[in-house]
Amino acid sequence: MSELLEARQITKVFDAGGGLFKRDQTVALDDFSMSIIADRPSITAIAGESGSGKTTLARLLLGIIQPTSGDILYQGKNLQQMSQEEWKVFRREVQAIFQDPFEVYNPFYKVDHVLTTPVAKFNLADSRADARELIENALRGVGLRPEETLGRYPHQLSGGQRQRVMIARALLLRPRIILADEPVSMVDASLRATILESLLKLNQELGISLVYITHDLTTAYQLCESIVILYQGCVAEVGDIELVIKNPQHPYTQLLVASIPLPNPEIRWEQGEQRQSKSETAPRGTQGGCKFADRCPHVMDICYDAPPPLFRLDEGRATACFLHKELPTVQATEVMDTLAQRAFRKAQAVPAV
Amino acid sequence: MNSDILRVQDLRVYYDTPAGPVKAVDGVSFPLKQGGRLGLVGESGSGKSTTALAIMRLIKPPGRVEGGQILLGDQDLLKLSDEAMRKLRFDQISLIPQGAMNSLNPVMRIKQQIIDIVNSHDGDYSEAKLNESIGQLLLTVGLRPEVATMYPHELSGGMKQRVCIAMAITLRPKVIIADEPTSALDVVVQRQVMETLGKVQDDLGAAVILVGHDMGLMAQFVDYIGVMYAGKLVEIAPVEEIFREPQHPYTQLLISSIPSLESKRLFKGIPGVAPSLLNPPSGCSFHPRCPQVMGHCSSQVPNLKEINPGRWVSCHLHGV
Repeated sequence: MSELLEARQITKVFDAGGGLFKRDQTVALDDFSMSIIADRPSITAIAGESGSGKTTLARLLLGIIQPTSGDILYQGKNLQQMSQEEWKVFRREVQAIFQDPFEVYNPFYKVDHVLTTPVAKFNLADSRADARELIENALRGVGLRPEETLGRYPHQLSGGQRQRVMIARALLLRPRIILADEPVSMVDASLRATILESLLKLNQELGISLVYITHDLTTAYQLCESIVILYQGCVAEVGDIELVIKNPQHPYTQLLVASIPLPNPEIRWEQGEQRQSKSETAPRGTQGGCKFADRCPHVMDICYDAPPPLFRLDEGRATACFLHKELPTVQATEVMDTLAQRAFRKAQAVPAV
Repeated sequence: MNSDILRVQDLRVYYDTPAGPVKAVDGVSFPLKQGGRLGLVGESGSGKSTTALAIMRLIKPPGRVEGGQILLGDQDLLKLSDEAMRKLRFDQISLIPQGAMNSLNPVMRIKQQIIDIVNSHDGDYSEAKLNESIGQLLLTVGLRPEVATMYPHELSGGMKQRVCIAMAITLRPKVIIADEPTSALDVVVQRQVMETLGKVQDDLGAAVILVGHDMGLMAQFVDYIGVMYAGKLVEIAPVEEIFREPQHPYTQLLISSIPSLESKRLFKGIPGVAPSLLNPPSGCSFHPRCPQVMGHCSSQVPNLKEINPGRWVSCHLHGV
């Protein structure tokens, strides 16, 4: 098993202003590790509330920003030490789809522009006709009709169509990984399914690994195999999505899962179970301890002393919570590797149809 | 039958464009019971937010209310003078707008923004009394009274949203319209905000119209759902019934497209794209996307019919 993309103990600290002499610092990611294996296309969800560090992680993995400490490696090479040639390969093989399908377009250019630019930049085609064919195939790949899409301006397409053009653009480059940062949160519920289906197809038919970043656990569950739950820049729980969503063990994951508005009027949110969040109660301060301590219904003294490491609950899942402190500790990457190996063996055992 | 606090009848709102009027809301009628919770759902461009704004009489040019009635009790809001309508907002009917947390004035303390509401509605109270009632008000929505002296940037998204709820209920209105009040918030905060809204609604005995496209949230919060498509209501039903047996083909597709934790990787979208409201399809505007389309669907406009008590459907499958 070799790693395709790996984050090794990365920390990202932002200076949050606070005036000329007083510097507030925000730790967006705190000693975070994860890995995407190269041997088999996977789909990993990164989930958490706003401010949990999801988007910072996406930008770090894409090399848009640099970690304060720790390393990000693509095929074993540190992003910050890549040669120009290697960087170009990375930029082609790791693609991104962002949240807002409105902001990524220049309104003065036809949508063709976002498709022809990468073709030209990466010399994907020998002739105009080749380029056209490539683009048309990519559009068909995401369920768009080229004749109805090309030659239009962004405002003439719906949000769902625009988002699918972005997926087509990523697809053009035949990447190995696509990082999708909340790709459906601004799209109508009725179109969400279509876009998620396009993403799944990329994974299953073209062997592209996906990192799906979201706050929506339902779509994550629908699409993904494994999940990393982030809370304030730290991993709260990581593992097989089936285990994490259906039987959450970290109190934060439990809170998240219990807050999903189920589309069933007969199962309503349980009233009164909700704890007050830390903004309303006097926080004891979580400096150096578990960051969830102030909101946690099971908080113990130990939670304020040191940040909890990941405890391995079973082969495919670990949680950073002292409720499980009798269990052996583990690194997030180990859990992810185990899961990847398990899936790989399963795929080997069942010959592809 | 006079338990309805608000009745909207044949409301039509058009936006004038060089190419002709866009019929954003085209003949919408629904009742809202006293203390009831109605959800308006539909995809973007279906006219749900425009309906909400029209009820508040906040449609701005090039939009205009083409016709219809909005009856609050027995007065027609569309016939009131601007000044009378201004007095009525907040006092009788309040709006929590879309992205409400961005509607707070960044350079005013929360307290001052609430006092503004009181002062602009013949409130003439002593400072001490105001301070006390603002503190109470903030407690109602689960915020500490100290929040009153803060500026919006000192609050989190969920707290700002609660401030907006507090502002909406300052004068104890009879109707609260919430337009996607939690669309920018994550699930945990969303739940807290919705529970806060539900609690203050119960305290006031007010009715709520919740506008949105999140069917999960609707299932959790409302009693009745109105489904909008291309400016028209295509189905109105009690929430349990609409989830159990949706009648309109659009509603059926909408319900089946909801991702759930029951099944994995069964993505069902709604084929086709939303129609242009400038040039809507003839007959039933859903017919080009409808899996059960029949011959006369493209020529005859279906009417909203009551098929069972409290259940209204606008579809040729349920009679003409």
